[in-house]
Amino acid sequence: MDKKKPKKVFVHGAIPPEKIANSIANHQSKTNIGAHSIFLGQIRADVIEGKTVSAIEYSAYEDMAERVFHEIREAAFSKFDITCAHIYHSLGEVKTGELCLFVFTSSAHRKIAIEACNYFVEEIKANVPIFGKEIFEDETHQWKVNT
Amino acid sequence: MKVTVKYFGVIAETVGKSEEVLELEQGLSVKELKDQQIKKYQISDAASLQIAVNQNLNKEVELKDGDEVAFLPPFAGG
Repeated sequence: MDKKKPKKVFVHGAIPPEKIANSIANHQSKTNIGAHSIFLGQIRADVIEGKTVSAIEYSAYEDMAERVFHEIREAAFSKFDITCAHIYHSLGEVKTGELCLFVFTSSAHRKIAIEACNYFVEEIKANVPIFGKEIFEDETHQWKVNT
Repeated sequence: MKVTVKYFGVIAETVGKSEEVLELEQGLSVKELKDQQIKKYQISDAASLQIAVNQNLNKEVELKDGDEVAFLPPFAGG
């Protein structure tokens, strides 16, 4: 089961939309699955004090982050009857409109897939040591804080 | 004893480096190291700062030789 396999979560730069399509295609042979739930985080062009965000540059305490991702996976598999779960998060610069987070959960039924997906997203935002530098169009920056 | 201190995000920016190895006196606590570095580098917004010792968050322990201490600003993943 992919539950036990160590997973590489971080990808350099934006997550290409093709990765989402490929992930869906890769699950078509798993016919015990009846529902997928997908969350995609996209970089928003916030306007802060008249300046527009053009990108976020992500960095992380990578060793700890990979460990926390693993702990979240373990907790999710014990809480929810999911068939599999995949997480990808960007490091480095991701421009507005591009994807920085991809969470993909699968289960026999929709409710579990949706709840598990939501659980992953909330846990990632609250507990994984990832940091985001919001870069404005004029090349100044500020540090993002999750709300 | 030698302790590796890592800085991330806005804290690394304030401190001007992402890592340093400090020679500390035996028995120093995490809180003492935190207070010492906040003062040394004039780290603002210390209230939102979290400390991880060997990747464990906010453990109030006595530091040991070889420990890795990370100064973490608010998380912003997703």
